[in-house]
Amino acid sequence: MTSVDSVAPSAKEIPRASDALAIEARDLAKTYSGGVEALRGVSFSVRAGEVFGLLGPNGAGKSTAVKILTTLSEPTGGSASVFGFDVVRDAREVRRRIGCVAQASGVDFAATGRENLELQGRLFRIPAQELKRRVDELLELFALADAAHRPSRTYSGGMKRRLDVAMGLVHRPEVLFLDEPTTGLDPESRAVLWREVRRLASGGLTLLLTTHYLEEADQLADRLAIVDQGRIVAEGTPDGLKSKLAGDRISLQLVESAKSAEARQLLGGLPGVTGVLADAGRAERVYAHVIDGPRELPTVLGALERAGIAVAGVALTRPSLDDVYLNATGHAYQES
Amino acid sequence: MEFLRDTWILFLRLVRATMRMPVFIILSIAQPILWVAMFGALFRSVVQIPGFGATSYVQFLAPGVAIMTALFGAAHSGMGMLVDIERGVLDRLLATPAARGSIIAARLLNSGVQVFIQAGLIVGVAMLLGAKAQGGVGGILLVMLAASLLGAAVAAFSNAVALLARRQETVIAVMNFVILPATFTSSMLMSANLMPAWVQRAANVNPVNWAIVAARDGFEGTAPHELATRLALLAAFALVCGLFATGSFGRYRRAM
Repeated sequence: MTSVDSVAPSAKEIPRASDALAIEARDLAKTYSGGVEALRGVSFSVRAGEVFGLLGPNGAGKSTAVKILTTLSEPTGGSASVFGFDVVRDAREVRRRIGCVAQASGVDFAATGRENLELQGRLFRIPAQELKRRVDELLELFALADAAHRPSRTYSGGMKRRLDVAMGLVHRPEVLFLDEPTTGLDPESRAVLWREVRRLASGGLTLLLTTHYLEEADQLADRLAIVDQGRIVAEGTPDGLKSKLAGDRISLQLVESAKSAEARQLLGGLPGVTGVLADAGRAERVYAHVIDGPRELPTVLGALERAGIAVAGVALTRPSLDDVYLNATGHAYQES
Repeated sequence: MEFLRDTWILFLRLVRATMRMPVFIILSIAQPILWVAMFGALFRSVVQIPGFGATSYVQFLAPGVAIMTALFGAAHSGMGMLVDIERGVLDRLLATPAARGSIIAARLLNSGVQVFIQAGLIVGVAMLLGAKAQGGVGGILLVMLAASLLGAAVAAFSNAVALLARRQETVIAVMNFVILPATFTSSMLMSANLMPAWVQRAANVNPVNWAIVAARDGFEGTAPHELATRLALLAAFALVCGLFATGSFGRYRRAM
């Protein structure tokens, strides 16, 4: 791992990947012409060699951030740089250094797997001999060698995604952007892709990945930022974020949502309870953070019973990113 | 240089995709041939109208149908761009160091080449039906060139609409809105001598008509100076359309 406080290199100077900030976003904002604010001031930095995750529900602004960082979209506020090159002013220098795997694929269905890879390589000006070797190598690596000569429209979802990732890697980029890489994949293909991401990361490649799967961010990212409604609401390592929420969570489902406020007040007054939250979207769901779950559970349920607040369901869980998200945004995470 | 190289690389991608669509190729060849045969038969007696100014309708029609094919064929170029947008292929290309203009130029070249070949076939069929290339082989090449230039310009316009609207329905509506008026304010099917005065005035500023008159002059081997002027105007028009389409990437980028 590199040091946290390394300085971004000045533009026009190609830095060594190991001692630099790979990506820096400063107050990025994007308001579309219709008035929709996709990003409302997002700042984060990614160190070279790191796997950084942007986690958030659909519509949080993750893809917009990726589009700005990959020069496809222009921010309406703030700035961003990749290895010191400004994504607006030095867009071409940025493009030379990045690989993109967008949400909307990018595979040309009419072309074969090999042709898709070769087109990328040519546009990145890789000499013919070297390109041939590189394409063979990637086809082998991503288990596409047997299908290399087939039009990619005949590929399965998992194969298309693998080809997508391979296309992002042809020119040996210094940063790879993966926008929702496993959305729509079956569990097996997802596992294959996770393995691939880990392998790339261990090879020293900087990765920025967006996902709306909590588990994916937890499993893959060295550090992550939780994005909600165009803002970053929490940032840190998955473990660091979770350890801030010491203790356990008691999730309660009340029979009547009208009793939500009363229940929260009651639970907040109990000595073992460190925090109480209600789901902003569904008031009948009340969450109590407790230091020692198994010990406090009977107390909590007893108190509710004495107050005449009926409980329809209860669960006791260790803190997860779900809690981090709930804590930061005030509403429960919905993976959809 | 990089621009030309990228244009060529991207053009080859489009050609390869075309070569894998045998039905498209067969119909692209059959359609203009059918048009010459059908329009030729339908309008055969039109030349007998006093003042039409031509003796054989096939002779009159061949350059016009060559340009018509360019107009109708190239109008769909933007649909390919839309498919690239939807599949994410365009974004992937835009994230490479390739010159923006080359993405447009490749599509213009593709339309231009397709139309060039079609125009040659049309002239060939017309000659089998009795038309005579008074302008010789050079004249035939001029017909093909005029068709390519118009095809490139129309393709550029179609791509610009695709980038700005990013909707199939809009591209189809805009192109249909443009194509038919452009066809009927030209001497494609009807001699300029017989047009109402206002249509003649419209025809004078209609690039489709420039292409038709240039192609006809080439085929007949007449008015070389006016022909050169019209081809230059067409080339300039194609360039303006191409720059407009390339400029549309800026708008696309802001809308992303």
